[in-house]
Amino acid sequence: MNKQWQIELEKIIKDKKRLLSNPADLLSYGFDGSFGQYQPERVVQPINREEVADIMKLANTFGVPVYPRGQATCLSGGPLPVRGGIVLDTCKMKDKLTIDSENLTATVSPGVITSKIKEAAEKEGFFYPPDPSSAHVSTIGGNVAENSGGPRGLKYGVTGNYVLGLEVVTPQGEIIRTGGQTIKNVTGYNLTQLLVGSEGTLGVITEVTLRLIPKPKSRVSLLVVFDDLVASGKAISGILSSGIMPSAMEIIDQHCINAVERHKPAGYPVDAAAILLIELDGHPKAIEEEMVEADRICREIGAREVQTASDEEDQKKLWEARKLVSPAIAKIKPTKISEDATVPRSKIPEMFERLSEIREKYNVELVVFGHAGDGNLHPNILTDKRDQEEMKRVEMAVSEIFESAIEVGGTLSGEHGIGTMKAPFMEKELGKIGLEMMRRVKEAWDPNDVMNPGKIFPQDGQTKLVLTE
Amino acid sequence: MSTQSLKELQEKIGYSYTFDCVQCGYCLPACPTYETMGKETHSPRGRINLVKMAAEGKLDLSDLRDPIEKCLGCQACVTACPTNTQYGKILEGAKEVLNEESTLPFPKKKVQDFIFNRVFPSSKWMDTIGHFTWAYQKTGLQKFARKTGLSNFAPLNLAKFEQVLPNQVSPKVRSSRKGFYPAVGKAKASVAFFKGCIMDSTFYSTNQNTISLLNHAGADVYIPDEQTCCGALHAHSGEGDSAKVLAKRNIEQFEKYDVDYVVNNAGGCGAQLVEYDHLLKNDEQWRERAISFVRKSKDISSVLFELGGLPSLVEKQEVVTYQPSCHLTHVQKVTEAPKLLAKSAPGVTFKEMDDEQKCCGSAGIYNIVNYKEAMEILDVKMAKVKPTHAATIITTNPGCLLQMKMGIQREGLEEKVRAVHLVDFLFERLPAQNSI
Repeated sequence: MNKQWQIELEKIIKDKKRLLSNPADLLSYGFDGSFGQYQPERVVQPINREEVADIMKLANTFGVPVYPRGQATCLSGGPLPVRGGIVLDTCKMKDKLTIDSENLTATVSPGVITSKIKEAAEKEGFFYPPDPSSAHVSTIGGNVAENSGGPRGLKYGVTGNYVLGLEVVTPQGEIIRTGGQTIKNVTGYNLTQLLVGSEGTLGVITEVTLRLIPKPKSRVSLLVVFDDLVASGKAISGILSSGIMPSAMEIIDQHCINAVERHKPAGYPVDAAAILLIELDGHPKAIEEEMVEADRICREIGAREVQTASDEEDQKKLWEARKLVSPAIAKIKPTKISEDATVPRSKIPEMFERLSEIREKYNVELVVFGHAGDGNLHPNILTDKRDQEEMKRVEMAVSEIFESAIEVGGTLSGEHGIGTMKAPFMEKELGKIGLEMMRRVKEAWDPNDVMNPGKIFPQDGQTKLVLTE
Repeated sequence: MSTQSLKELQEKIGYSYTFDCVQCGYCLPACPTYETMGKETHSPRGRINLVKMAAEGKLDLSDLRDPIEKCLGCQACVTACPTNTQYGKILEGAKEVLNEESTLPFPKKKVQDFIFNRVFPSSKWMDTIGHFTWAYQKTGLQKFARKTGLSNFAPLNLAKFEQVLPNQVSPKVRSSRKGFYPAVGKAKASVAFFKGCIMDSTFYSTNQNTISLLNHAGADVYIPDEQTCCGALHAHSGEGDSAKVLAKRNIEQFEKYDVDYVVNNAGGCGAQLVEYDHLLKNDEQWRERAISFVRKSKDISSVLFELGGLPSLVEKQEVVTYQPSCHLTHVQKVTEAPKLLAKSAPGVTFKEMDDEQKCCGSAGIYNIVNYKEAMEILDVKMAKVKPTHAATIITTNPGCLLQMKMGIQREGLEEKVRAVHLVDFLFERLPAQNSI
């Protein structure tokens, strides 16, 4: 027997193809790139804001949870329907992608794939800098909801730094606009930035206005090889304190280098303790000087080798290999727990030491890579979820990673979001009252708790990570 | 389901392979059915998850059927996958399991058995089909059938395919084929030709042209006459055992010839041939023999390329584009040779279409059993073909060739565009051909 809300839902989404209820469809919308499999009761694929508004009104009336979802590349469990209800797939809302050349903005529907925005901007000579590794798959709606980052965060910031305005359907089904088209905008509370990174718990994004910038004229990349992990950490701060601002600065440790080379050889040195990948962009004359300077600094600190790539093809090759790190390490063991604990840049060497202690202490396959320039590390633990005994050790190791990051003055998440996995640790970072203020915001927006419930906030008594069944 | 039978199911369905998928979603943009159907259920990541769920007893096999049957098996996801997940093996496992528990009505099952186990493996049957088609085309029956709309009564939209079949050669020509064709000039290599079943029945002249091209490139060509169907359609329909029987017969026949290459000219068949080692990996007696067979098996384009290409092709001005066969691209990993050969022909302007590596919707018998879905995929493909303004679409597989011909017809482009097998395209430019 269909529940009343399910009958009502059929009146909103009349096209049967966009209202899914068979078992295979429901299971297909119960996972993302993180951990866990759930089952929603319905999946809807709205095509416009009005349908979204009607769905939210219905959900709010009947108290049915709604889980917004893009392409589900999320690594923190953002779209997981942990309490059943409705998965609201925004992928079919992709009709709008307009570049405003005079104002340097882009206005897009939430289901537009992020790389398409970048391509459209480049055609007009502009640059949309945020570049999560999943940009060719993930939607802009998801990127905004999770405040996604990527290697270029160092110089250009994350998705949130480019969102000027939003159109959002509230949990009660009202359509609102926040922010606008202007670079400067200080009218009242900054709801735009509150919604960015709110992981779908405050509303459904139905349109985004993004800021574009002029395209940098030129770009070079450096591959710097180190025999000592700590020295590579020092090189990062050495370069930044010299006044150079690379557009990206990535660190890859030996375990990851080896994984990449085993997976799809890119010519990385397998005996190196770590490598730094540095990208400089800007005026050709300026980056030419910066390149020489960065080379000198790295060598002084103890780099074994510095390779430079200035033509498009060579650079592409260097960075493609970086993109392979995440998948390559997945070959070590089948289950991949990908974290993004972020620490102050000066604490990178200390965090590295702590991570290697955790690796030893719990005897787990822990590898590290990440956006070192902004302190955003990706400690990854490779395990097998069928091995319950090992999973217990992994649980403890992951908890200790989070605790370590907070202890050195860092944060639980640099770009993946909190989702389901990091909720238990929120109080540790924010304090009781800090978390309470966030909870009050959530309650004010969504008194019936229908908007992506079960995310960000810990459940009562939930203080540790649980990965085992 | 009991623990024991669940374990058995996991073994058969390729459950352990599903753990290689990290659900990153990088396969989504590569998948043609995800593009046209717009559901995770019809994406590679979704299908792998569903196979896993079925293997864990969380989804009924009957609910798995539609997502699996709607997959083209083009394996574009395998190329896109950063963790090298063996989707093809998961798909095959799922198909076998579904086939075993299938409750096809008796007559339908009988017909399927007959086609798979009697018709395809028999060159007599395939010749008969060729003869029949020839007669149908020559006697005016075709014209009559089309005019009266009689052909529309054929089941499974076969009428639509009938219209794009190439003209057949007469039984007399067919029976005059020899077993050996010597190289033009000094022989650089020797090859044994895998003629294929459908290729040899309905694309007989493409096969003859293949032999000519090989001769011109400097190869002695042998045609083992006891060879049989490659088994691709069997394997893709979950008839693994039949596929093994056919594989063994082919290996046995080709072992009789001491040649440098076993050449095929159909992307789909070739993909099956190069997986004989995987197919027979658990067979002590056959494993090694399969490995050496696979080592020699190559697509015609690779072989021509390795032999140094075709010298002195005749110049003809033509704008062409290339629709690669999925099985050639994603299974055999042959991507450049066909393009380089086409480009090497004087006067050719080569225009790459967007998303060229995406399936055209042919996929074995997919376009026959899933006609509507296949046509949606084809329409997406044709939208990519048109902007190239090519007069010729080159393909490397009979299925793709027919499908592209249908695409041309659907778009009403018959006057402006043609689809042609790479072999025939090159053959038209052979100097000998042009001197006649």
